Amino acid sequence: MDIPYTVQARPDTGLYNAKLGIWLFLASEVMLFGGLFSAYVLLRVGADPGTWPHGWQNVTLGTVNTIVLALSAITTLMAWVACKVGQFGKFKFFHGCTLLLALSFLCIKLFEYHDHLTHYEIHLTDGRIADGHMKENNPAEDYVMIDGRYVSDESALIDLRAQKDVRETEIKIPRSEIKDMQSYGPWHNDYLALYFTMTGLHALHILGGSIVIGYLWGPGRKMWRTDPERFTNRVEVSGLFWHFVDLVWIFLFPVLYLT
Amino acid sequence: MSDLHELKSAAQAGEPSAAQADSHGHPVDFNLYLRRCAFVFVAVLCAVALMIGISFLPEHYTWTHKVALILGIACCNAFIVAGFLMHLISEKKLVYMLLAFTVFFFAGLMGLTIYAMNDFPTGTTH
Repeated sequence: MDIPYTVQARPDTGLYNAKLGIWLFLASEVMLFGGLFSAYVLLRVGADPGTWPHGWQNVTLGTVNTIVLALSAITTLMAWVACKVGQFGKFKFFHGCTLLLALSFLCIKLFEYHDHLTHYEIHLTDGRIADGHMKENNPAEDYVMIDGRYVSDESALIDLRAQKDVRETEIKIPRSEIKDMQSYGPWHNDYLALYFTMTGLHALHILGGSIVIGYLWGPGRKMWRTDPERFTNRVEVSGLFWHFVDLVWIFLFPVLYLT
Repeated sequence: MSDLHELKSAAQAGEPSAAQADSHGHPVDFNLYLRRCAFVFVAVLCAVALMIGISFLPEHYTWTHKVALILGIACCNAFIVAGFLMHLISEKKLVYMLLAFTVFFFAGLMGLTIYAMNDFPTGTTH
């Protein structure tokens, strides 16, 4: 039995079924991300003045990722347009670009995660704090080595954007002087917990979208020979999802990187 | 393959087939879309540059002002992307209805958070 309305619009909705389905799915996605954004608002507004981290993200990398995602949204649309005008070669080119851009986005994101997870805040027994990127942390050795600096208390680490010309040096710390040591992972504080949750969920969406786009670009493309209109609709539906992922990033970038 | 032949013959005749038309039956013009995409990309670049510029404004602009401006620009940016790339400026009525419900519930979600302003837990950093 054929699935109805995969190409033609249903008379009552005016849409083919997959398009109505993706819009319903996107509506549920709005609420999913909306819940996380409202959690961010609640925690951010409730934070005492001067205690919420600022300038902890690399704005340059965030900007590059914003441009990469905007470009990928455009190549996705052009892939659909290429299908509409029957130029399959251009479809392959544009969707190939989308895949490469998606992988670039994920690589930059992974680099950022790695940067956070190798960044440590080390509380020393004399009350000082050593902050920097871990260079050596061999359990067999009786010391750890970081590229960083000493600060007298945690308040000096809250607003990093306000601090210019922070000089970092190689610091060797004996383990006997370490009271507590923690990386800048999601466990570090509320801000990083939200950062990793929101960007992690977004990155999972990028990964899922890439798999679908990769399928349409690879093994799924044979449908173009048998049913080009249905294939074009599949490209449109995957494109709508991709644009939604871009929309989420449009808000994640200013909220997490700039404010 | 017959669909491909139909596409080609329709294109040669200068008439859009069903496959070449958008959801409103208008012919899809590759170059027009390319120009539209260039406009959207430039708009997104400008919006990003503006947001970054505002975030670096000096101290006498309060955090609230900066956030309001940045989120305002982000909303314009989102409108351009949704309007042109997702075709929301010319969609079917059912999609608008669906989105109206979504906006209602999303506004409720955010509104309840703001409504509870006086009950906000304080000291939410650790």
